[in-house]
Amino acid sequence: MSADVELDHVTIRFGDFTAVNDANLRIEEGEFFSFLGPSGCGKTTILRAVSGFLDPSEGEVRIGGKNMWGIGPNKRPTALIFQNLALFPLMSVADNIAFGLEVRGVSKFERRKRADELLSLIALSDQGEKLVTALSGGQRQRVAIARALAVEPEVLLLDEPLSALDLKLRQHMRTELRAIQQRVGITFIYITHDQGEALTMSDRVAVMSAGVVQQIDNGTTIYNDPATAFVASFVGENNPFSGKVTKADNGFAVIDSKFGPLRGRNNQGLKEGDDAILFIRPEALVLANGKAQSENVVEAAVVNEEFEGQFVKIYLKGEGPKDIGLSVINDASTELPEEGQTTRIVFDPDRAVVLPVGEMADE
Amino acid sequence: MSDFIGIFLAVLLAILIAPHVQKHAGAILSGVTRINFVQRNGVLISTYLIVAVLTWTVVMIVLPQLYMMDYSFRHNLLPNDIGGPKDVHTLEHYRYLLFGRPGDVELMNWLHLKVFGRTILVSVLITLVDFALCYPIAYYMAQVAKGGKARLLVLCLILPFWVNEILRAFAFRILFGTGGVINVLLVGMGFVDEPIDFLKADVGLYAGLSYAYILLMIFPIYNAVESLDHNQVEAARDLGSPWWRIHYRVVMPHAKPGIASGCTMVFMLCAGALAAPQILGGPSSLWFTQIIYQWFNTGGNWPRGAAYAFVLLIICIVFVMAVMRVFNVRFGEIAK
Ligand SMILES: Nc1ncnc2c1ncn2[C@@H]1O[C@H](COP(=O)(O)OP(=O)(O)OP(=O)(O)O)[C@@H](O)[C@H]1O
Ligand SMILES: [Mg+2]
Repeated sequence: MSADVELDHVTIRFGDFTAVNDANLRIEEGEFFSFLGPSGCGKTTILRAVSGFLDPSEGEVRIGGKNMWGIGPNKRPTALIFQNLALFPLMSVADNIAFGLEVRGVSKFERRKRADELLSLIALSDQGEKLVTALSGGQRQRVAIARALAVEPEVLLLDEPLSALDLKLRQHMRTELRAIQQRVGITFIYITHDQGEALTMSDRVAVMSAGVVQQIDNGTTIYNDPATAFVASFVGENNPFSGKVTKADNGFAVIDSKFGPLRGRNNQGLKEGDDAILFIRPEALVLANGKAQSENVVEAAVVNEEFEGQFVKIYLKGEGPKDIGLSVINDASTELPEEGQTTRIVFDPDRAVVLPVGEMADE
Repeated sequence: MSDFIGIFLAVLLAILIAPHVQKHAGAILSGVTRINFVQRNGVLISTYLIVAVLTWTVVMIVLPQLYMMDYSFRHNLLPNDIGGPKDVHTLEHYRYLLFGRPGDVELMNWLHLKVFGRTILVSVLITLVDFALCYPIAYYMAQVAKGGKARLLVLCLILPFWVNEILRAFAFRILFGTGGVINVLLVGMGFVDEPIDFLKADVGLYAGLSYAYILLMIFPIYNAVESLDHNQVEAARDLGSPWWRIHYRVVMPHAKPGIASGCTMVFMLCAGALAAPQILGGPSSLWFTQIIYQWFNTGGNWPRGAAYAFVLLIICIVFVMAVMRVFNVRFGEIAK
């Protein structure tokens, strides 16, 4: 019913351009796996290689242990949900869903029955006779999922299927997708450039940048322990401080930033003298408010404050053009600095990571 | 020629009159400008559009056709008798097409009816052949080829049509004649002992007609197929569909209006073709238009020619409507 997918040294080139560079990963049976990355990083290209619309220039795509080279999309145990859904507008909802069965020569009666079952799975019973153009965005979404599930694929591939929906519906569909995946139990490979989507739904996430898979891990690890500067700057908000490593011991490293020495966890084995960036999340930064602190003190002028209800976002003048952001919980007890005032902020070294210098995600 | 002068004068008149209307007749103007169409295009342009389109349809299409229709219901009289007591309406010419001369041995006018039937049948076949030839080309241009390649293909398709119809038809004669290129090759390579008379067998005519209207088939289909989202083709493939079913279930239904308009045009023009049958037709075979032409020309019987032409027109329209009905194409769609 379900199968694992392996990418073994997969490189995909279009002429001289390398869209995917040496991707190696294994997606387990029944896993909800996401590819996360900015536009143009090669996510769709990877998905097309798995679904069979193109073959890798180098390396192998294996599904259920079998090399898929040269096997067309109509012969693979995968079903793809397109970025724009690509429902058939001239067919009814039920005919759309049953198309894959029609292709397989299933009898009309049997098709009808399967379509009805799937319609009730996606909570659209009795709407089978409608044209797909008569449905709302979210309903179409579900029809696309039902159409793909109808052929009982072992792997379902989803290419940013929620990107066209508004925020409310998107959040609702996330939960729904996850629920459907757990119900049918097949492998889902999900593509998105929306980190919220990737982190909430997936068992594991592969973060990509410019054709290179940067890190593969579960959402918590990706967020708390990014492996590269790109992942740290792409997933969630992060404040970078750059400098040379002056000391590295016991899993921690100290860098000499413009604001003085800063210490954070050193998971990537940086050594003294290496160029590095320390990343600290806005929610891990706290206002010193007079308290004495021996390390990880940053002193800078407040440039802006934004009231967000639950939080107050404070921006300080950073080392470069980018401001340092911190979120302060909006409770009456915290004394907020004035705009223009120089203030001190501190952080726990356990919550900061020191990473090798590398490509950063641009906002 | 007089039609042309008519339309020219009408347009001129419209351009001259419109500013005056605008200046003097304030009341009319305020009424006119409240019409949506006028509001959108301005008074001058909308007047021009209306006058031009009306002139075009009335003077150049409706009037002559009505005139011809009336003609087809009159006796073929000497000029002296026209307007006289003998000038009454009659079904004589339509009767002639069906039953021939009164007192003929044959019950029906088989000669002409057969030509008619053959014209329609062959036109249908040529339409089908053209469709079979053009659909793959149109699909390739619209969905497979990218940019430069598609443009080159379009150019290759269009360029030969710069050569005029008569010349093209004669080129086909050269190609298919007993001493033509094809026969020389066939005999030369030993496939046949004697040259085959393709023209007598009407192969030349069929090939010529098929070729003549190929663009009218390709471009409407190309337009329709081009607007299809390629993801739909891929989605169908991904769901396991073999290529023929993708075309049958996804591409063709989408392209139906284009297919209908291509087929309609090819069929109509084929059934109404004159030059190609004249030049390429075998000695013993006639195209219905040739009979019409004979009535008008050597036969000197315009009313009968008009009646024949009308029968051809009406049957073609009825046939096209019926086929569109069967394939569930609405009339408005083919204009898209
Ligand atoms: N058929 C192709 N020919 C040439 N280049 C291509 C082709 N398909 C994709 N590319 C290039 O490969 C890169 C990756 O494209 P891809 O569609 O995989 O991006 P993506 O990550 O899905 O982006 P998005 O989030 O915008 O959909 C892009 O730079 C794109 O221009
Ligand atoms: Mg994409």
